[in-house]
Amino acid sequence: MTLEDIVSVITTAHESHTPLRIRGAGSKDFYGGMLAGELLDVAGYSGIVAYEPTELYITAKCGTPLAEIEAALAEKNQMLAFEPPHFSGATVGGCVAAGLSGPRRQQAGAVRDFMLGARLIDGTGQVLDFGGQVMKNVAGYDVSRLLAGSLGTLGLIAEVTLKVLPKPVAEQTLVFDIGEGEAITRLNQWGGQPLPISASFWHEGQLWLRLSGARAAVEAARGKLGGLVAVDAEKHWISVREQTHPAFAEKLLWRLALPSTAPALGLAGLRAIEWGGALRWYAGEHEAMRGAAARLGGHAVLYRAPESLRCREGAFAPLAPALLALHRRLKKSFDPRGILNPGRLYAEF
Amino acid sequence: MKTTMMKPDPEFRTDRTVLAARLGLILPAHCLLVDDEDLRPYECDGLTAYRELPLAVCLPESEGQVIDVLRTCHQLGVPVVARGAGTGLSGGAMPHAQGVVLSLARFNKILQVDRDRRTAIVQPGVRNLAVSEAAAPYGLYYAPDPSSQIACTLGGNVAENSGGVHCLKYGLTVHNVLRIRVVSIEGEVFEIGSEAPDAPGYDLLALLIGSEGMLGVVTEVTVKLVPKPELAQVVMASFDDVARAGDAVAAIIAAGIIPAGLEMMDKPATAAVEPYVKAGYDLNAAAILLCEADGTPEEVAEEITRVTEVLTTAGARDIRVSHSEAERLRFWAGRKAAFPAVGRITPDYYCMDGTIPRKRLAEMLSAIAEMEKKYGLRCANVFHAGDGNLHPLIMYDAAKSGEWARAEAFGAEILELSVALGGSITGEHGVGIEKINQMCVQYKTPELEAFRRIKTAFDETGLLNPGKAVPSLHRCAEYGRMHVHHGDVKFPELERF
Repeated sequence: MTLEDIVSVITTAHESHTPLRIRGAGSKDFYGGMLAGELLDVAGYSGIVAYEPTELYITAKCGTPLAEIEAALAEKNQMLAFEPPHFSGATVGGCVAAGLSGPRRQQAGAVRDFMLGARLIDGTGQVLDFGGQVMKNVAGYDVSRLLAGSLGTLGLIAEVTLKVLPKPVAEQTLVFDIGEGEAITRLNQWGGQPLPISASFWHEGQLWLRLSGARAAVEAARGKLGGLVAVDAEKHWISVREQTHPAFAEKLLWRLALPSTAPALGLAGLRAIEWGGALRWYAGEHEAMRGAAARLGGHAVLYRAPESLRCREGAFAPLAPALLALHRRLKKSFDPRGILNPGRLYAEF
Repeated sequence: MKTTMMKPDPEFRTDRTVLAARLGLILPAHCLLVDDEDLRPYECDGLTAYRELPLAVCLPESEGQVIDVLRTCHQLGVPVVARGAGTGLSGGAMPHAQGVVLSLARFNKILQVDRDRRTAIVQPGVRNLAVSEAAAPYGLYYAPDPSSQIACTLGGNVAENSGGVHCLKYGLTVHNVLRIRVVSIEGEVFEIGSEAPDAPGYDLLALLIGSEGMLGVVTEVTVKLVPKPELAQVVMASFDDVARAGDAVAAIIAAGIIPAGLEMMDKPATAAVEPYVKAGYDLNAAAILLCEADGTPEEVAEEITRVTEVLTTAGARDIRVSHSEAERLRFWAGRKAAFPAVGRITPDYYCMDGTIPRKRLAEMLSAIAEMEKKYGLRCANVFHAGDGNLHPLIMYDAAKSGEWARAEAFGAEILELSVALGGSITGEHGVGIEKINQMCVQYKTPELEAFRRIKTAFDETGLLNPGKAVPSLHRCAEYGRMHVHHGDVKFPELERF
C-alpha cells in the first residue's frame, strides 16, 4: 500500500461524497461513536521511516504496529513514555487518533505531549505535513498535537513523528491495603512531593504504586513510602495498560476524567482509580454519571458499551454550543464534505 | 535607530475619531490611550527593529471590558493586537497601524494556588516568575522558565508557547497549561481544556497555545505546578572543538539521561559573558557545556557521576561540578546573562531562534562562521543543546548604514539553513512579523492554506493580529520571486507579477 493509493481513495470519496471509515488494526472499534462509511483499511501502510535514538524521535507510517515500534525502541533502551494500550495489535496511527494513554501518563504526559509531527491527508485528498522531527517548533499552528484524539475526523493520519524517552533505570512496585478515600488522599499528597511515582492503580481496597527512575531515587522513595514490594509487577502493569485486569471486565464501562483531588463520588460500581486519582472507572448504567463528573470539573466517557447506547447517549461528554460550533468549523476546514469517520467523535459531524 | 518600515495594509481603513469615541463609551479614561505620546511606548515589543504606532491602546480591567472592546472592533472592522509585557522577540505584539493594542497588563492577579491539586489559576498579565514565587511556600513551581521570566507574562507565554532552559525534561508551555479562558473576536467566551485529563473534543489547547494572538484573547490561565526538586547540581565541561561538544550532547542522551538543562555556548559567547559575570568559564575552550541534574540527593549524585563519565569519554578537556547552590547559580549566570553581555560589546544585536537536529550542530556553526565573513558581521552562539534550539546573536550597529539590512539577511540565511537541515525557523520565539517570509520556506502552499482555514474557523474577519505568523500566499510569491533557490520556483501555481 502506498500513500498514493490512500490519497486516491480519499480523493474519489471526496468527489463522490462517500463517507469513509478509517481503520488500522481495528483494536479500538469499540471506542467512540458510530462506525459508518466504506472501510478504508490502512494497516498495509506500515513501517518505521526513521528512528534516531540520540535525537529522541521515531517516525512511522500509520499502519505500523505499536509492538514493532516498541521493539525497535527497546533495542536502544527507549520507550513511548505515554505507555499506550496495544489491545489486539494496535497501530501507531490508531494510537494517535484515539489519543489513549496508559499508566505512565500521570508522570510522563499524554499522547499529544509526545507528538512532534504528522503527515495528514485531509478530506479532499490533500497531503499536508505539520510539525517536524525537532523537539521545539513553534512555526505555524500546532496541528500535529491537535490530531491526537481526533479519531480520524480531521484527516487520515498517514505518518507520525513521536518523541521517545529513555527507559527508567530502575522500577519497583509497592502495594498498600487502603480504601478509596484514603487512596485518593494519599495519591494527591504524594503527587505534591518530589517522588518518582510513574503509575498508580487502585482496585477493591488495594493500591498499586509504581516507582521509576534512578536506582537511588527509587530506593529512597520505597523507604519513605512503606508498603509491600510487589512481585510480578510488570505483568500487573501490562494487565492495567491492556485492560485485561479483572477490574475492566465489564460490558458497560465509564471512564471518568476528574481533577485528581475530586473526592470519592459515592456512586456504585467503582472498578478502578488510575493517574493519581484523575482517572476513575465505573461499571453499569448510570443516568447521573455525566452530571456527577461535570460538577467536579471533569467529564465522563461512555467507554465500553453497546453501539446503540453509545450512539444514543454519545460516547463523549457533550460540548457547550459555542465550542461545538467551533468544532464544526474546524472539521469543515479539513474535511469540507464530512466524509472522514462521520459521527465517530460526535454525532453532529 | 533604523527600523524596518511596514508597508501600509490596504485591507483596513479605520476612522480614528469614530474608534476613539466608541472605545470611550466602554472604557473609563484611565483604560484608554489615544494620544501619540501615550501610544509611543507600545510601538514595538522586544524586537525593537520593527515599529508601528497603533491608533489606540486599551487597558481593560475586567473580562467584560475585553469582550466589549473585541465586539466594538469586530463591528468597526478594526484590527486588534493583544499584548502582555511586550518582551516577545519576533514582533508578535507589534501594533497594526490601523488597529488597537489590547494590553492585558492589568489582568495581574493570581486567582488561586491549590496545593493539593497542584494547580494555579492566574490572569494573563501575571508574570511568569510570580507564579513560581506564589507556589514556592508549598514546595511547588511552574516549570517553563523563559529567560525573560521576571518580566514576561503568562498570557504572552501562552501566545508564544514559550520554553526555557529546562524544557527538555519539563516541557514547553503547551505541556504545562491545563485550561484557558478565551474571548473570540466576536466577544464570545470559550473554556478550553480542563483540570481533568483529556478534555472532550479536539485538543484546542494545542492549537491555541503558540497561536500568537491570531485565534483569540486569553483572559484566564490554569497551569500545572510541579514539586520543586530537592537538589540541583551543574556539570560544566569545556571542549576543544564544537563538533566534539555536539557529540557529547548526543552521548548524554544515548546514555539514557535526560538532564534538567543542557546548554552550550561557543567561544565568542563565553568571551562576551566572562568579563561581565565572572562565572569562571574556560576562555580557551571552543565550546562549553552546562549540564544540570535535579531530583533527590541520591538521584543527583547518581546522574552527576554518569554525566561526568560520559563527558570524559567524549573528550572534555576540563570538567567541573558545582558544589554549592551559589556555585551552581554562578555557572548558570553566564548563560542566563548571555544576551545582555553581548549587548555590552555591540551597539545592537539580532537574536535568532532556529532549531536543528542536534547532530547537525557542527555543520550549522561552520556555516555561520562563513556567513560572518560574507556579511561582515560577528555572531555569538548560545544553544539549548538538549533540544536543538540555537540562538545566534548577530552583532551589528544600527547607526551604520546598511548594517541592519545585512544583519537581517544574515538571520534569514540562518533560518533557511535550519529548515534545510531538517529543523524549524523558530523554537520558542514565534514567527510574529520577523520570520513571516521564512514561513514560506518552511511550509508549502497546502499547509499555509490549512493554517489560513484554521484562522478563519476562529476569526472569520481576520481582525486578530493581521499580518503576523501566517503569511499570505501573495506574500510568499513575492518573497519567492526575490529568493529563487537553485532555480526552484516556489509557488509555481501562483501568477507572477
